[in-house]
Amino acid sequence: MRREGSPWQGLGVVTLKELSDHFTSARMRVLEWLVVLVALAAVYGAIQQIRDVTAEDPFLFLRLFTTAREPLPSFVSFLSFLVPLMAIGLGFDAVNGEHSRRTLSRILSQPIYRDALLFGKFLAALGTLSVSLIALWLLVIGLGLITLGVPPGGEEMARAFIFLLVTIAYAGVWLALAMLFSVVFRSAATAALVTLGIWLFLTVIWPALAPAIAQAVVPPDNQEALLVTAQMLTRLSPSTLFGECVLALLNPTTRTLGPVYLSQLQGAVMGAPLPLWDSVMVAWPQIVGLIAATILLFVGGYVAFQRQEVRA
Amino acid sequence: MSETVIEAKGLTKRYGRAKAVDSVTFSVGAGEIFGLLGPNGAGKTTTILMLLGLTDISAGTARVFGHDPMREPLAVKRRVGYLPDTVGFYDNLTAADNLHYTARLMGMDLKTRGQKIAAALARVGLSEVANKKVGTFSRGMRQRLGLAEIVMKDARVAILDEPTNGLDPQASIELLELIRSLKTQGVSILLSSHLLDRVQTVCDRVALFNAGRIVLMGTVAELGRQVLGGGFAVEVEAMGGAGIAGRLSALPGVRSVEEPAAGRWRIACDRDLRGEAAAEVVAAGGRLNQLSLDQPSLETIYTRYFQGEGVRHAA
Ligand SMILES: Nc1ncnc2c1ncn2[C@@H]1O[C@H](COP(=O)(O)OP(=O)(O)O)[C@@H](O)[C@H]1O
Ligand SMILES: [Mg+2]
Repeated sequence: MRREGSPWQGLGVVTLKELSDHFTSARMRVLEWLVVLVALAAVYGAIQQIRDVTAEDPFLFLRLFTTAREPLPSFVSFLSFLVPLMAIGLGFDAVNGEHSRRTLSRILSQPIYRDALLFGKFLAALGTLSVSLIALWLLVIGLGLITLGVPPGGEEMARAFIFLLVTIAYAGVWLALAMLFSVVFRSAATAALVTLGIWLFLTVIWPALAPAIAQAVVPPDNQEALLVTAQMLTRLSPSTLFGECVLALLNPTTRTLGPVYLSQLQGAVMGAPLPLWDSVMVAWPQIVGLIAATILLFVGGYVAFQRQEVRA
Repeated sequence: MSETVIEAKGLTKRYGRAKAVDSVTFSVGAGEIFGLLGPNGAGKTTTILMLLGLTDISAGTARVFGHDPMREPLAVKRRVGYLPDTVGFYDNLTAADNLHYTARLMGMDLKTRGQKIAAALARVGLSEVANKKVGTFSRGMRQRLGLAEIVMKDARVAILDEPTNGLDPQASIELLELIRSLKTQGVSILLSSHLLDRVQTVCDRVALFNAGRIVLMGTVAELGRQVLGGGFAVEVEAMGGAGIAGRLSALPGVRSVEEPAAGRWRIACDRDLRGEAAAEVVAAGGRLNQLSLDQPSLETIYTRYFQGEGVRHAA
């Protein structure tokens, strides 16, 4: 069925309005504080450790992201749970909030398609998340410069930048999930609870559950199949995918994310770092997985929203 | 009636096996105020949602200015102003900013927006509070802001769902006055209400809904003739006097006389008997306080119609 007019009519208007809503909201204040505190805590912890342990490291700056010092987690582990929380916090009431304010039917009786409203909200929330993440990233690098006293190399910056992009994609997955449930559930509280429940399940429970499931379905004498299956299953969780991306990008010696085969080790010097592009290729399937998950979840929300009755 | 603005033919909405709207057919002419009236749950809102493409149509067709709301939603939405049942605005924005947002969605440029919004707010009497946050607005002010949005849009047809719902009598009279003034500017209006008597004065024609079907349609006078069998109702209020009821009943052309309260009589008659009734009261030695000719009330028509139906079914 051909539709008249552009589906993107009004997209810019919605995006700008939502962006300005986000930036003036109390949630944004909370996010800003979280960003500052996380940056301080992560750098403080990492610096101590780096000074103690690592004397000569070609990737000293990347250690800033990955080094943890008890009891503080590393910057990337901070991010791996902070990012979903931020994304869910911005997305869980995207559509049902308009419903409960009784503004949805008034807005949708204007000459725009529903596509514009949903996509505009997604873009605005992702934009807000990106701004926060970029701020956080710059803060950490700036603090690193001051405390370490050496400038990062070009490749380090490139790796750190790709890591930033991957983090934004990771945020997109959780945002799309939260928005899907904001379409499906009329109550924002229910949507938030369900999304948080799924996040907990995928992040905490699934990595432990996946090997057990693999053991149940794969014959026990086939060790290799068992390993592969378990790993494939854990990769259904975006958190696993993100963790693997981080490993490949920020730890240049990572040669593979799957079980290691002899052929891959041929000619390899253990412990030698991979060139940047090779590292990206190692993480490529994971990166594509994160983006694909975002698109799939968004399309799910879109389909649900298209056919939904809008009763004020 | 010249041009047809809204046309519904056999419009039907099913929820599972239940029919919320069942083969509804009506049309609204240009410059007309058409009322969809009936009790809560009769299917008025569902009918409106189908006309706007906000819910799928199960069967039948809807046309707004000849456009199908499912296939050409933008063409429909450009011309229609919609005031939903209990309209909502962004409480953290001012009245003007709320309108700016919808105006931008309509694709208006900044200059036009400024002018139209100021004019629309003045029109509904909200100029004073244009820069106040909507969070502080009363129910009546929100409804008027909703009308301002329709005025700003230059809509050719306004669809108003329960516009007077939840308003005090004064506020609803003012709102109905605004609706009437929209009509004088050539806007066609489709409004729904469960308060039959309150809106009957503004409607040119009405469709009475019951359980998803239109049971009666026409002007109030037509429906009165059809259901109440025509006739007039004269109300008399008098003090003193003896045997007034008897004298009134004896007048030629009187069908019945009721006395709803002491000193008040309601006469159902074939023609306008105000003069004769006044003479009788005076002749009986009473003092005439008030004399009026009643329009048939929609409420009465509706109730009477179903009493009639009940009798017919019982028979
Ligand atoms: N989503 C729904 N699912 C099932 N039934 C519904 C739904 N929405 C409305 N109804 C039913 O449709 C009927 C008509 O509702 P509605 O059009 O809102 O009535 P009105 O506006 O005249 O008060 C009601 O009986 C209501 O219970
Ligand atoms: Mg209703």
